[in-house]
Amino acid sequence: MSDDALSGAKQPTARNFLSALQLDTRLLGMIGAFVVLCLVFNVVTDGRFLTPRNIFNLSIQSVSVAIMATGMVFVIVTRHIDLSVGSLLATVAAIMAVAQTDFLPNVVGLGLGHPLVWILAIVAGIIGGVIIGAFHGWLIGYLGIPAFIVTLGGLLVWRNVAWFITDGQTIGPLDETFTKIGGIGGTLGETWSWVFGIVATLAALGFQVVSRRRKQAHGFPIKPLWAEAVLSALVSGAILGFVWILNSYDIPKARLRRIYEAAGETLPDGFTTGYGVPYSVVLLIVVAIVMTVVSQRTRLGRYIFATGGNPDAAELSGINTRMLTVKIFALMGGLCALAGAVAAARLGFSTNDIGTLDELRVIAAAVIGGTALAGGVGTIYGAILGALIMQSLQSGMAMVGVDAPLQNIVVGTVLVMAVFVDILYRKRVGD
Amino acid sequence: MTTPLIEMKDMSISFGGVHAVDNVSVDLYPGEVVGLLGHNGAGKSTLIKILSGAYKADSGEIRVNGKKVSINSPRDARAHNIETIYQTLALADNLDAASNLFLGRELTTALGFVDDDAMEAETRKIMGRLNPNFAKFSSPVKALSGGQRQSVAIARAVYFNAQTLIMDEPTAALGPHETQMVAELIKELKAQGIGIFLISHDIHDVFSLCDRVAVMKNGKVVGTAKTDDVTDDEVLGMIILGKCPPGATPGPGALNDD
Repeated sequence: MSDDALSGAKQPTARNFLSALQLDTRLLGMIGAFVVLCLVFNVVTDGRFLTPRNIFNLSIQSVSVAIMATGMVFVIVTRHIDLSVGSLLATVAAIMAVAQTDFLPNVVGLGLGHPLVWILAIVAGIIGGVIIGAFHGWLIGYLGIPAFIVTLGGLLVWRNVAWFITDGQTIGPLDETFTKIGGIGGTLGETWSWVFGIVATLAALGFQVVSRRRKQAHGFPIKPLWAEAVLSALVSGAILGFVWILNSYDIPKARLRRIYEAAGETLPDGFTTGYGVPYSVVLLIVVAIVMTVVSQRTRLGRYIFATGGNPDAAELSGINTRMLTVKIFALMGGLCALAGAVAAARLGFSTNDIGTLDELRVIAAAVIGGTALAGGVGTIYGAILGALIMQSLQSGMAMVGVDAPLQNIVVGTVLVMAVFVDILYRKRVGD
Repeated sequence: MTTPLIEMKDMSISFGGVHAVDNVSVDLYPGEVVGLLGHNGAGKSTLIKILSGAYKADSGEIRVNGKKVSINSPRDARAHNIETIYQTLALADNLDAASNLFLGRELTTALGFVDDDAMEAETRKIMGRLNPNFAKFSSPVKALSGGQRQSVAIARAVYFNAQTLIMDEPTAALGPHETQMVAELIKELKAQGIGIFLISHDIHDVFSLCDRVAVMKNGKVVGTAKTDDVTDDEVLGMIILGKCPPGATPGPGALNDD
């Protein structure tokens, strides 16, 4: 059947239409569920859910959890778990906050608002996150303490290390440039958003062509041209549509006037402009691409999946699975730092309770996104989609006016149901 | 006489006071199949894991082509062209055939990225030779039959030009037709001058494939013999009773009749 579909000779029926596209049916199911969820909320909220403004907000609210979820995929794929990400995020956020409000301006002497402050603060946070993560990995890989225990301890330890670093105070206001990666305060603007969208589209199309050529050169079966065309259209449409929506969210008049006044100009009459793509979303996209490349195109990624599928086989193939564990948790720590930067920047402050319960959101996002706790299976895009679904569910219910306790009841139920549906799906496809 | 491909001399390893392998010496010549026999727990698999780098021996020396080597990890063993096909089929179930074949030794592009297409092309080539019916190149090996999985494991050893092949119960999980296929393959590899250690419980297999047998009991060698010089019953006697027949060279584990 698949050969027929590949040759494209038959009239495309619905079934071999899909198989010719060679899309992951699981991914399609998740996107379908997401679309239905959005449409339902849109109807219930009288069209307030699918507005450019809400989609913009949903995007920036999901970024922090989504960034960590990409790292959690690797952790869970290798049959580990990380319960400490929320606390780790608090510690690195505290490090970054203290670095930019106290250490760099006062001790190093750069002064408040120095252009290097924001980047040095982020670098300090990433170094801190990587070191803590690597330490977790060493305890797990080399000393053989189960990841559940190490990170359960980490959950308590790092939350309170953050408390010590900040003396329990809320640290802020944060550096002005730093807060731009938080979301609404820092966007590409309409023109650069289009440039970004077009470059991304061209890159996606280019990648498609290169991959097809390579398959052809090796004489492997390739998709029929019409299937490639449909895929290209879908991908381009998705990227440019997303940019268009974010560009349609207009900056409010009063805010625009303030921006112009700050630049010493007056706002032209009747002039409007959109926010465009937030820097934080650009960061998430970059993280997603890098993590996808790591998982599919590098030895590290290959070893992560091999170890998850059969740890003994990986070991016997000469893979240093202990060092691998250290690397995975170090990576997770680094991603926590990036997520912490986004979360703190969005608030404008570093608070003691920043990232509370994020570990559960992150694990839920990865699991809803199809990462199997038994190991060996998981995708980066799935985890990001999982984060989006969780966030949409939560803010959708808030918009509808569902009571707070009921919201959490629904989210918890959805998590369990999603995994059950996934189990049924895997049984059916014999996977 | 030519130098042996592999010489293991006075190998010992113990786990918590149990002498799993106790002063064992075996050797293997190019183009020869040596059967390692014995009960479960006799120490065959442990001995073989020392050679393949999974365990580190407490004492003893290993010579490859007459040169003393130290094997501390599976990587070291591979560097000496020793490849192992494990009883439990050391395959990662969630990866496809090509990823498994090249696991730990991936082909990469100029930029250092894993080159899946090149690996699949190589896999198609070698599988075309070993098992022409093999067609599931893009599904995870979990979806393959026992024989197909075994051919992936063997392809891995063959592709990287093994000189010494260790096969731990290669046919235990296979049907009759697939067992036949593996037997043919062993004969072909032998003809190419590859030395093979074969661990098996199947006496029939051993007599049809092996040139020599080494029998172990309680971590010691009972004796070694050419398969032409001993009978099925005598070998069974070595395995069960530890009694060394006249056609065999007795080892330290042989039962003393005196």
